[in-house]
Amino acid sequence: MNAYAATEVEAEPSYLTAGQTIKSWLLTVDHKRIGLLYMVSITLFFFIGGAAATILRLELMTPGGDVVQAETYNKMFTAHGVVMVFFFLIPSIPAVLGNFLVPLMIGARDLAFPKLNLASWYIYMLGGAFTLWALLMGGVDTGWTFYTPYSSMFSNTQVMAAAVGVFIVGFSSIFTGLNFIVTIHKMRAPGMTWRKLPLFVWAMYATSIIQILGTPVLAVTIGLVGLERICGVGIFDPKLGGDPILFQHLFWFYSHPAVYIMLLPSFGVINEIVPCFSRRPVFGYNAMATAMMGIAVLGFVVWGHHMLVSGQSMYAGMVFSVLSYLVAIPSGVKVFNWTATLYKGSVSGDTPMLYALGFIGLFTIGGLTGLVLASLSVDVHVHDTYFVVAHFHYIMVGGAVMAYLGGIHFWWPKITGRMYPEIWGKLAALTIFIGFNLTFFPQFVLGYLGMPRRYYEYPPEFQVLNVMSTAGASILAVGYLLPLGYLLLSLWYGPVASRNPWNAAGLEWELPSPPTTHNFDEIPAAVERPYDYPLREHDRVDS
Amino acid sequence: MWDFPLFPERATEIAGKVDAVYFGELAVCVGFTALICVLILFYAIKYRKGSTASRANAVTHHLALEIAWIVIPLIISMGIFGAATVVYFEMFRAPADASEVYVLGRQWMWQIQHPGGKREINELHIPVGQPVKLMMTSQDVIHSFYIPAFRTKQDVLPGRYTSMWFQPNKVGKYHLFCAEYCGTKHSGMIGSIHVMEPADYEHWLESGTQTETLATSGAQLFKSLGCSGCHGLNATVRAPLLEGVFGHPVPLEGGSVVTADEKYIRDSILLPMSQVVAGYKPVMPTFQGRISEDELLKIIAYIKALGRNERSGQ
Repeated sequence: MNAYAATEVEAEPSYLTAGQTIKSWLLTVDHKRIGLLYMVSITLFFFIGGAAATILRLELMTPGGDVVQAETYNKMFTAHGVVMVFFFLIPSIPAVLGNFLVPLMIGARDLAFPKLNLASWYIYMLGGAFTLWALLMGGVDTGWTFYTPYSSMFSNTQVMAAAVGVFIVGFSSIFTGLNFIVTIHKMRAPGMTWRKLPLFVWAMYATSIIQILGTPVLAVTIGLVGLERICGVGIFDPKLGGDPILFQHLFWFYSHPAVYIMLLPSFGVINEIVPCFSRRPVFGYNAMATAMMGIAVLGFVVWGHHMLVSGQSMYAGMVFSVLSYLVAIPSGVKVFNWTATLYKGSVSGDTPMLYALGFIGLFTIGGLTGLVLASLSVDVHVHDTYFVVAHFHYIMVGGAVMAYLGGIHFWWPKITGRMYPEIWGKLAALTIFIGFNLTFFPQFVLGYLGMPRRYYEYPPEFQVLNVMSTAGASILAVGYLLPLGYLLLSLWYGPVASRNPWNAAGLEWELPSPPTTHNFDEIPAAVERPYDYPLREHDRVDS
Repeated sequence: MWDFPLFPERATEIAGKVDAVYFGELAVCVGFTALICVLILFYAIKYRKGSTASRANAVTHHLALEIAWIVIPLIISMGIFGAATVVYFEMFRAPADASEVYVLGRQWMWQIQHPGGKREINELHIPVGQPVKLMMTSQDVIHSFYIPAFRTKQDVLPGRYTSMWFQPNKVGKYHLFCAEYCGTKHSGMIGSIHVMEPADYEHWLESGTQTETLATSGAQLFKSLGCSGCHGLNATVRAPLLEGVFGHPVPLEGGSVVTADEKYIRDSILLPMSQVVAGYKPVMPTFQGRISEDELLKIIAYIKALGRNERSGQ
C-alpha cells in the first residue's frame, strides 16, 4: 500500500495511507474505510453464498439425487438464500458504495454519526458470525423465507441461531439507513439543494426510508418465531391456536420492500454511470427522483402478491395484484429515461457502461416477468415454480449484482487510486452477461412447464433445461472470479488513477484519487446542477 | 436427449384460458424488451463516441413523452390485470355440481379420500369431463397441491380447509407436485392424477375392496366419540341439532352470525368455546388431541350428509 504515498502529490496523505495499523482500520470512523471494511466482508459472504449455489447447480444436473443428500440440498438452498439476501444484497451498494460516496457527493466530511457507522459494521459482522456458526453447526433447512409452522415447530435444524443472525444484522441495516437520512438532511454543502442532489443520493435516501421502516417488522417477526419455538407460545402453529398465514403477512411486509432495498441502490448507480458514458445529463431528473420515492412507498403495500395461493381471499389477491401493477409504472419510467439519456449522446462502452447497459436489459426482463407473476390466474400456475426463481434472479443478480459490479468498476479509481485493466473488465462483464442468461433464462421455461422450486429431485423431462442452467452457472462463476482476481492485482500493478479518469460530473470527482481522510479541505460553496455533461463533452473531444 | 418439452400439457379448459393470458403477457414482455434493447443498441451505435451524427436540439426532459410512457404502460398493465383477474375468479368459484374429494397433506404424502370411501395415496383418479372439488387440509406444515397440466395450485394449510376445483377435458396421467417447501422429502411429495373415461372410472371405483362411504364412517365416529349423546335426537344434554346446519347461517352468542362451513365445524370440534351458538351453554369439551385429521374429515362428511338429507326431506 506504500505505493499510494509515493504517487500522491498532495501533502496530506490519502485516507488509505493515513494510518497503516490493523487498529487504524478496525477502529476507524472514516466513512470511506468503513465502506472498504464492508466491501471485504460482503465479498467473503458473496463467495460463501456462491459456493452453496454451486452445490445446488451440481445436484440439479441429474434428475435423481446423487451429489448430496436431500437434507444437505435443503440446507444449501437455505444458506444460499440467507447469505445472499441478508449478508450480500441488502448491504451491498448502500454499505459499500453508499458509505463511501454519500458524504463525497453531498460535500460533507463524513456521515452524521461516524461511530454509529462503525458500530453498524460490527453489528453486521456479529450477525454474520451467528449465521456462519449456524451453518457450521449443521445448517438450517427452512429456506430463507422461514415459513411457519415448519420453521417454528417442525424443523430440527439450527433455526434459532440463523434467525438470531438475521435479527442482529437487521440493526446494522437500520443504523445505516438512519445515518444516511440524517446525513442527507443535515450535512449537504451550502447550495446542494434537493434538486441538485445526484440521483445516487436520492436512491440512498429512498432505500434508507425502507430500511428504517421495514426492518423492525422483520425483527418482530423473528422474535415471534423464537417465542413459539422456544417457549411454545401459540402464534403461528394452529395446534397452539396460531395462524401460519400471519407469519407470511409479517415476513413479506418486510421482505417485499427489502427487494427495493436491494434494487433502488442499483438504480442510483445506473443513474450515475449512464449519463457519464453518454456525455448527457440524465433524462428527466425530476421523474427519476420521484419514481424512486414512489417505488419506496408503493413497495410497502404489495406484499400480498407473494400469497396469492396461500388461501387469502380472492378480493385481497385482486387488490394486491392491481397495486403491484402500479409499481411497474415508475420502474418503466426509469428504463425509458435511461434509454432516452443515450439519445444524442456520445456513447462509449467502457466496463461500467457495459454493466449498466446489461443492467437495463436484464432489469427490463426481470420487471416484465414480475408482471406475469402479479397477474392472478397466471400466478396460480407459476407460483412457487422456477419461473419465480428466474424472475427474482433477473432482478437481484441481473439487476442488483450487475449494478454493484458496474459501480465498483466506475468508482474503483476513486476508491483505490488505481485503474483496473479495461480489457479484462470488458471480458468479465461479457462473461457474466452470457453466463447469467444461460443460467436463468431456461428457468423461465422450466417454471412454466411446472417444475416446483426447492426440488432436490425432479422428473426426467426437466433435465435438459437444468443442464443448460448448470452450464450457464459455471460460466457465471468464472465471470465472478475474474474481477476478484484483476481488481486485487490492480491494487499493486494497476496504473495510477487521475483525479477524474472518466471526466465525470459530481463532487467526488473533484477530489484526489483516493481522497484524503477529511475529503474536502473547504466545503464546496457553489454547486452546479448534477450531470452537467454537455459542457464537458468538448473537453473530452478536444483531448 | 433432445426430445424434451418446452410447454406443459393442457388438460382443462381453464388451462387454455391461463395460457391465453400468459401468451398476451409474453407478447408484452417480448415487445417491450425488444423495444428497449433495439433502442439502446441503435442509440449506442448511432451516437457512439466520435460518430458524426447530429446532436442538435437534444433535450433533457420532454413532458409529453414522459406522460406517454406513464399512461401507455398503465393502460396495458390494467388490461393484463383485468384479463388475468376474470380467469382467476373463474378458477376460484367451483360449480355447484362438483363432486367433492378430500385431501389430507402430511410430511411427505398426499392422502386422498373419495366420498364413496375409496382411499388412495399420492394418486387421484377422476373421470374426464366432470367438475371435481378438492377439500384440503394439512396434518403438519403447509403444503401446496399443484397440477401443472391443469394450471392450478392451492396451498394446503394446517388448521383450516382450502379448496380448489377443476374439470379435466383430456384423458391421461398428469403430474401432481407439492409446491410449498415442506421439509426434507418435499421433492418426494409427488404423485399422479389419472383422468379416466367415465366407464373406466366406474370400473376403477368398483375394483378393490369395497369400503363404506365417508359419511357412514362419520356416522359411526359420531356415535363412538359420544357426539350423538348431546347432538342426537334423543339426547339428554341440550346441544344444537346438526341436521340441516351445513351451509346455513348460525347465530352465535354475542350477536354475530357465521355460515356453517368446514372450518366452522372443525373449529367447533377442536375449539368449542370460540364460537358458541346463541342460546346454548358453553359445555362442549374440546376434542383436540382425541381426533385425527382423517376422522375430522369423516365427521364433516357426515354432518354435510345430514344437511342434504334434511333439505331433501323438506
